Parts: sequence; C-alpha cells; structure tokens
Amino acid sequence: MNIHEYQGKSILKSFGVAIQEGIVADTAEEASAAAKKLQEETGTGWFVVKAQIHAGGRGKGTVTETGSHGVVLAKSLEEVPEKVNGILGGHLVTAQTSAEGKKVNKVLIAQDVYYPGDSDPEEYYMSVLLDRASGKHIIMYSPDGGMDIEAVAEKTPERIFKEEIDPLLGLQGFQARRVAFNLGLSGKAFKDMTKFVFALYKAYLGCDATMFEINPVLKTSDDRIMAVDSKVSLDGNALFRHKDYAAMRDKTEEDPTEVEADEAGLSYVKLDGNVGCMVNGAGLAMATMDIIKLSGGSPANFLDVGGTADAARVEKAFRIILKDPSVKAILVNIFGGIVRCDRVAQGVVDAYKNIGDIPVPIIVRLQGTNAKEAKALIEESGLEVHSVILLQEAADKVKEVIGA
Amino acid sequence: MSVLVNKDSKVIVQGFTGSEGSFHAGQMIEYGTNVVGGVTPGKGGQDHLGKPVYNTVEDAVKATGADVSIIFVPPAFAADAILEAADAGIKVIVTITEGIPVNDMVRVKKYIDQLDCTMIGPNCPGIITAGEAKIGIMPGFIFNPGRIGIVSKSGTLTYEAVDQITKAGMGQSTAIGIGGDPIIGTTTLEAIQLFMDDPETDGIVMIGEIGGDLEVKAARWIKEHGTKPVVGFIAGETAPKGRTMGHAGAIVSGEEESAQAKKKIMRECGIHVVDSPAQIGAKMSELIA
Repeated sequence: MNIHEYQGKSILKSFGVAIQEGIVADTAEEASAAAKKLQEETGTGWFVVKAQIHAGGRGKGTVTETGSHGVVLAKSLEEVPEKVNGILGGHLVTAQTSAEGKKVNKVLIAQDVYYPGDSDPEEYYMSVLLDRASGKHIIMYSPDGGMDIEAVAEKTPERIFKEEIDPLLGLQGFQARRVAFNLGLSGKAFKDMTKFVFALYKAYLGCDATMFEINPVLKTSDDRIMAVDSKVSLDGNALFRHKDYAAMRDKTEEDPTEVEADEAGLSYVKLDGNVGCMVNGAGLAMATMDIIKLSGGSPANFLDVGGTADAARVEKAFRIILKDPSVKAILVNIFGGIVRCDRVAQGVVDAYKNIGDIPVPIIVRLQGTNAKEAKALIEESGLEVHSVILLQEAADKVKEVIGA
Repeated sequence: MSVLVNKDSKVIVQGFTGSEGSFHAGQMIEYGTNVVGGVTPGKGGQDHLGKPVYNTVEDAVKATGADVSIIFVPPAFAADAILEAADAGIKVIVTITEGIPVNDMVRVKKYIDQLDCTMIGPNCPGIITAGEAKIGIMPGFIFNPGRIGIVSKSGTLTYEAVDQITKAGMGQSTAIGIGGDPIIGTTTLEAIQLFMDDPETDGIVMIGEIGGDLEVKAARWIKEHGTKPVVGFIAGETAPKGRTMGHAGAIVSGEEESAQAKKKIMRECGIHVVDSPAQIGAKMSELIA
C-alpha cells in the first residue's frame, strides 16, 4: 500500500527519524494558517508547497490548469495562498503519471531547509527494501541525491552503495558508520547520519514497510541530517497489526474499478486490451492473459476470482469486466479442484440471466471436477456461451470470436 | 522413493480443527495420506476426524513420531506456527497460509535455513507424491502415479500442468507447489535438484512467473548439472511492469524479472520452454516418448 509524503514523514518522525517539518492542508486558508504555525515553530521564513499525489517527479511536473510545478517555493507568508492555488485542485502531470495527471487534493506546507550557513547543503539518496535474491533487507544509498536514481545507476553504478542487513542480527554499528563514511561525512554530520540510519531502519521494520525511498536525505548548512522527501510503501498483509496505518489508504489515488473489485474480494488489475478474463488462481490468470495474446487478442484485465467462485462472485466479476468498453469478448477459465465446475457453470448461467443483455461473446472453459456436467449445463441453458474443456480449445475459440 | 514425502510420512495438521484445516485434513486422509493427528492449542486430548488433537507440536511429535506438518493457521499466527514446528523437530513444514507479512517470513526463513528442515511455501498448494501422500489442498483425482516431477509457484496452473501430463498418458512422481510469495522456503532450484537426484523421476516440469530470480538461478544450475529433460513455462508475459499480479511476489521490478527475460535465459540453458501453457503436456510427451 502506497501512502503520501506527509503520511510517510509522520511515520518516520514517530520512530525518531529527523524530517523536514511540514503541515498538510486541504485549502489555501488552511495552508496560510499552516505556514504561520510552521513559522512560529521552526522560525522558517520561506515555505515549500508540495503537491501530495502518489507519483514521483513532482518538482519537474506541471499542473495542467495553471502551469505551476508540483513543488514550489513561497518566499513569504503572503506568497503562500497564491502558490497553493496554483497547485491545489489542479491535475499534476509528471514523468510517472498518465497524460491526464493526478488531481491534487492536498498540499504539504514544509519548512525551508536549504538556508545558507557554514557549509553548503548536500543531498543524498537512501532507500530501504527487501532484496528477494538474498532474503535480506538492504539499505541502498548514494552521494548523488535529489536526482533520478535509475539514471545514477546507469551512468555511475559505482556511486550506489548497498548495505545488507542480517534479519536475525539487525543493523550493526559498523554498518551505519560505513554508510556515513561512504557519503563523505565527518564531525557532527557523521554522527547525525549514523543516528539517522539507525532510526530509519527501525522505522522500516516497525511499520512493516516493503519500501522506503528518501530522496533526498539532506545535510543542512549547519550539519543536520534529515529526510526532505519520503516515499513509503507498506506491506498490505501486515496492516492487521497497524490499524492506524491502514487508515492512511487514499482510495482516490487508485483506479475506482480496482477499488470496487478489491472490496468484493476479487483481485483485479485493469489493462488496456480487448479480451476480458476471469480465472481462479493468480498463476493461471496470468497464463490465461498470455493465451489471449497468443490467440491474437490482448488481455483487458487480470482477474482472480479466488477459491470460491460462486454465483455472486462470478456475477460481480462479469459486471466489473463489462465496465470496460474496450472488452470485445470474455474468457472464463476455471480449473475446478475443490471448487466444482458445475457450480461455477451454474454461477455463469445465473449471472448471465441477472445481468440481462451481455453484449459480447463469452467463452467458458471449465476443467477439473465435474467438467462434463458443467459443459452440459451451459449448453442446455440456451445462452450464447461457448463452452470448451481443454485450454487449447479455449485459445482457438478466442481466436475465432475476435476474428484474429 | 519420490521426493520429500511418501506413504511412510507421518503427517500432522496445524490448525487442525479450524474450517480450512478440517476440510483439507479430511481430503488428505481420504487420499490415503498417513495423517497421525493435529494441533490446536487448547483442544489437546480431543479427537477430530478420528485422529488425536494435541496442544503443541512438541506433544504431537512425542506421541506420534510425526515428521511432516501442514499449516492452516491464519496469517497473523503463521510465522509462530512454522517456528513451533521447526522447534519440535519436524523435517518438512508445508505452509498453505496466504497473506503472511513478508517481514515475518524474512526472519523465519533465515532461522529455518540453519536447521535440518525443509520449508515449503507459504502461499502454496502444498506437495503431493502421486498415489502415496497428499500434503496440500490440490485435487487428488487429477494425479496419476508416474515419473514426471513438477515444481510450480502457482496452484491452479500446477493442476493444469498435472492434468495435461496425465491426459498425455504420463503420470507424476511428486508435485511441489513452492508458493507465490516474495520469500519462500523451498526454491525452484532446490526442488529441481531433488528431482534430478530422484531415480523415480525421468522428466521435470518447471512453472514460474514474473518477479524475482528463482527460475533464472534454477536454469543456470540446470545448464551445468542437469541430467533430465525440463519443460518450462513462465506466466505473465502480458503483465505490466510494476504491478502486483495476485501473488505478492508476482511483480516485475526490473527487466530481468520479466517473463521474456526469464524465458530467454531458460532457453539458453537448455530448458524446453513453451510459450503457451496449453502445450506443457504435449512438449513433455515429445521429450519422454
């Protein structure tokens, strides 16, 4: 589950990670009040206005309606409302969003942390994530912060460092020191960085994150270390022990049909093809998408109906697939194990009758327990449903109905 | 022989009296699996499905000599259940549970790796040695004792492969569903190694999907050490990058994790890769005949 920058920072702060302070706002009035409060608390005279959307590249991104960037600086309290109005309510287009962009419903008013001082501010990159190959969490970091890390990885891979952490021992002191040394720090900044790394890893484990990306981590002109941005993904499977984080989910950031499917217990991902599919099991669902492609079509979705494909779920799945106007045919592919195929077939027949007029051809492939009874049931129903048993037959039928 | 489990395996069921545990334990017993009892804390001393219930895995092992456990415990308690089984000396731990926090599994896997113990799963259909022992949730009737070993990340796609193998006139030695999570006990490579060493297995079906590098590691080993024909399939050629496709581990995070990249490497390593999952049985038939 992805969360907003301001939410990620609140989690970081709760674990003792130093952050660029800020207050989130829904309106220009709230933003002004937030700026005033921030000035009282931190003494900042300038304010950074940051669009809160689930996508990176906000600073370089553009708000369609106003031409403003997604992250801008207000050099006085008076400038805050104008800067906020350039972002709030608009659609921000970045390298990571679609061409329509994402609607900005909230802005974060943050303190200015790039103030002049004894040394120049410096930006670093740091992320914490699971390395599946080694089964260990790693801290990945680079002295080249504030820019696209994939570009750094491509051009200067030697400037990206990794620290592997033993899951049973945890992060060790020498590892945190190595991070600080590799970033070229000394004195107070060195000490601050080791503290920062420890707190960051503690936060990562403590909130059951699957990824932290802090870009940039800033060394201020007075040698403090802090997180200026935060990209946090939480493990959806661990939310049962973090009710407060579960409440951070922002459904407006997600595809509405995917949200609806999720609420019905269906695992659904919208794609941009012309053949919808409904399958039991994630692996078979992906394989079915591949079959559609091999048959000359293109999958319109991923949909796993799960282990209990009863009439109600089948009907819901049909309704969700049919919301997509580009769907020209639907392939239902069920391998009945514990689930009996004749029950699923009955579900298809009932769903068909309940929905009324389904305007596209449906191919139903039921294999496994009671497959023959299922085929007979569908054929006797008189519905315009093509019933097949073998996977290859299903592939051939898809080809036939879409005329590929 | 076969791999990991057979008719002599003494199996206990953790989460025995719950609805999932009860249903599948019943199916396992019906298949002929030697289920010797089950564990549900607080229900020790009772009988369930004609088998004794114990409070702890330790009690169950002491009383029955069990060496295999299958876990149907809810995600919040599953890591603890795995560790309890390992602590009691169980040799093969099969975890069916889906949705265990990944952090829990990172710790559990590191711990289990230090022991003489094989973990299968989590988020998997289990393991079956055809005609001998079913320790999982797969439909038993599609299996036919034979000489093809199957390793797969997916449940229903395994059934699909099994069914094609059976319909093509062959049968299965053992089928291992290794699971679709980012962190799993037995890897594709470990399963392949077991089958290569098994005198009762002549050919291997290896089914993978997008995400991670398990299939690539197995392929590289097969290139150097493989002695039996391997038919391979990778699901998710049409899956978009960066999206999780049902299984928590099925996500393309880098180019090398895509189906195309994996299939290319598998082909280079001598694996007979099919692009269509409908061709698994036919391809194996060609190679084994």
